[in-house]
This record gives sequence, structure tokens and C-alpha cells, in this order.
Amino acid sequence: MSLVEIWQPVSLTLSLAAINTLILLLAGTPIALWLARSQSRYREMVGALVSMPLVLPPTVLGFYLLLALGPNGPGGWIAGLWGGRTLAFSFTGLVIGSFFYSLPFMIQPLRNAFAAIGNEPLEAASSLGASNWQRFWRVVLPLARPGYITGAVMTFAHTVGEFGVVLMIGGNIPGQTKVIAIALYDYVERLQWGHAHLLALGMVIFAFVVIAVTLIVDRRLNTPMP
Amino acid sequence: MKRVFLGTLLAGLLASSAAYADSVDVAVAANFTKVAEELAVRFKTETGHDLVLSFGATGQLYTQITQGAPFEILLAADDERPTRAVKDGFGVDGSVFTYAIGTLALYSTSLVVGDGEAVLKGPFDKLAIADPEAAPYGKAAVQTLKAMGIYDMVAPRLVTGENISQTLQFVESGNAELGFVAVSQVMGKDSVWLVPSGFHEPIRQDAVLLKTGQANPAATAFIDFLKSDKAVAVIKAAGYAVD
Repeated sequence: MSLVEIWQPVSLTLSLAAINTLILLLAGTPIALWLARSQSRYREMVGALVSMPLVLPPTVLGFYLLLALGPNGPGGWIAGLWGGRTLAFSFTGLVIGSFFYSLPFMIQPLRNAFAAIGNEPLEAASSLGASNWQRFWRVVLPLARPGYITGAVMTFAHTVGEFGVVLMIGGNIPGQTKVIAIALYDYVERLQWGHAHLLALGMVIFAFVVIAVTLIVDRRLNTPMP
Repeated sequence: MKRVFLGTLLAGLLASSAAYADSVDVAVAANFTKVAEELAVRFKTETGHDLVLSFGATGQLYTQITQGAPFEILLAADDERPTRAVKDGFGVDGSVFTYAIGTLALYSTSLVVGDGEAVLKGPFDKLAIADPEAAPYGKAAVQTLKAMGIYDMVAPRLVTGENISQTLQFVESGNAELGFVAVSQVMGKDSVWLVPSGFHEPIRQDAVLLKTGQANPAATAFIDFLKSDKAVAVIKAAGYAVD
């Protein structure tokens, strides 16, 4: 049994999760801020739209993504910019799929954290002459820290555990789209259970650590300073 | 009181299992999907028995069988797993037979594949094959590429379907220009190149009666039906050869 063979899907999955978490931290912040503070009557509609991946089977998302990333969809057009035909079967395609699939895992905790801040701290900052940027960097960001930590950890973990969407748009290419969950599935189908055990046990430990860390961090941050 | 209840429950269970006795659970290699569905209809009109079909890659189905899946017959896409099923104690000794011999085809929805070998040596972005470890048609595809001496050149452009149905889907959805599929899947399509049999080992698709179906008359009836002239005609019409 070669460790290189096992390491490839692991490192691929970790980089996919890291990139996806980073993108969602950046893109999720304005969306969550708007959801938490806007008075728009479309607010809950957008909130529902963003949360849909929680309820939809991954196959629904996979099906639409396959068409959207393909030669007849916007993905094909984008791939055409550098001479490709499709964004499916590529790392870029997985990043796009993971973005939508993990959206609620970033948005929900951020939105809750932003909503919990309330108006007073922001009004106080304004009355002291803080600009919008200063209010964001010095008030919102520090106060929303637990939300950022929970959102980042959940998004990272959820991307690591992705299976259905990747199965449909990935094409199982080693080093590009063959993530841990797919590699594990393949090992089981091929009766290579030694490899399967290694990956599965690794995921079990990973999931335990992630949840334990989230709970501990959550507790620390919510305990008032002495 | 309790005993009476248990007795009724048992009687109920027995009765319901008896009611299921005229249906057969069949695990079918994905390439044979269309044919199996047609055979199911004919089998039903002929015998009144129902076929309950589950599709997948042969390797996938075999793994499920080793883990106690309730299949009574396996229609594999190779001659390896059915024999192994008997050896491993899941299949009925002496029940293995070849129900079809498959043909590999190169298929495209965007390129003209008059001469498949030339197309494969030319420019393209992605070539879809079925998982060579789990799906015999995928294995034959890899053998073909190796026989042409272009496997290393093409390998970075391969995308792998979990089974032959997903492989076809990759081509149909346009995400891969080319795909190695089973002829039966692309009967009547335009851009198809039949892979000459010399490029890969013959795809002998064997069936095996599993021990779970040994006592089910409907299961043995289907095995007989599969060997009948009527069934053979359907299988041949779908592009397979028969011994």
C-alpha cells in the first residue's frame, strides 16, 4: 500500500477546502452583513436562497452545475477564454461547486454574529466620528469573531466531506478532482479495504477534532472575561 | 396474549415473503441497462414474474453482494466476478454462463469519429472512460489505448465515470468530446466507431445465480429465460454477440 497514493487525495482535499473557505470568508461577509442589517423586503428571500444547499440533495446541485459548467453553459464560455471546453472535471469546477454547496455554512454563523452585535456599538462608534470602514474593522470584525471562527471551521469541514457534487462534476481525476470521499468510495468498490480504512479512520478523527475544537472555541469566546 | 401476537406476526411475515416470491432482484452491469429493462417487460408478460433491477458498475455490485445485498442474480460485465462469486461462496456452483459478449465503441457528440484511432491521436480535451478497476468496459478501454500505444499520451486527458452510464452521460452532456462506451448504449447514433476486437480482451459478460435466489422459482425461471431464443434475439438486436 503506497502512502503517496493516499496522500494525493488528502492534499487535494485540504487545498480545495482551504481555497473555498478563503473565498467564502471574503464573499460571505458582505452577503451576511446585508442579510443581518438590511430592511429590504427581499431579505428573507435571499436568505432562503442562500440556505437552499442545506436542504437540496447534492445531486440537484450536481446536475445543474454539470450543465452550467459544460460547453453549453457559462462555464464553457469561461473555459473558452483559455482554450478549454468545460469547467467540469477541473479543480476550478470543484471550487465553484463547493462555493455554492458550502454557502450556508459560512453565511449562517456570520449572519447570526452580525445580528447579535445590534445597533448600539455601531451608533456609539459613529458618534465618536468613526467612518464606515473604521466601524467595520474596529467594531464589527472583532465582535463577530466567534461567527468567523465557526463559519470558517464549518465551511472547511463541510468541503472536506463533500461527495455527491464532486461525484457528478469531478470525473475522478487523480490530483485534480479525486478528493478523499471519492477516493474512499473507489477503494470500497474495488475491495481495497486497507486503503479505505486508512481514509475512513482519518476522516473520523478529523471530524471529531473539528467538532471538539468548535465547541471549545465557542465556549471560550462566550465566557465573559474575568 | 403475547404469544398469539408473535404468532400472527410470524404468519404475517411468512405470508408477505411468499407474496414476494414471484419477483427477482437482479444486479445488472450498467452497460446492459436498456436491454435488461426490455427483457424485464418480456419476462413479465411471459411468466408473470417481476424483475427488480439494480444498476451499477460490476465491481460496485459485486462489493454489495459480498456485503449481503439481497440480489438473487448478477448480470456482470465480465467473466471474472461471477466466477469469483462462486469461489467466494455467494454464487451457485455451475450456474455461471455467458449471456452476452460486448463490443466497445468510441463515441462523440461533437467530433466525427470515422477512424477512431486517428481521432484519438488528434487533438481533443477530454476522453471519458469507465473506472477501469470496477467496470470491465473501462478496463477494455485502457487495454485499447495501450494497444494503440497512446495510453501515456492520453492519460492526462482521461475522465473516469463511476460506471459506463456515467461515462456516456459525460459525452452526452458535452463535457467530454470522446468516450469509450458499450455499443448497446449508442445504437443508432451517428458518430460511433466500433473498436476492433483485437485491441482488447473480449468482453465476456457472465451471469450467475446467487445463493439467495437458489430457492426462488422466479430466479431460476429468469436464468432459463435469459438463455431462450427470444431473449437472445433481444440481446443480439442491442448490439451484443452471443456464443
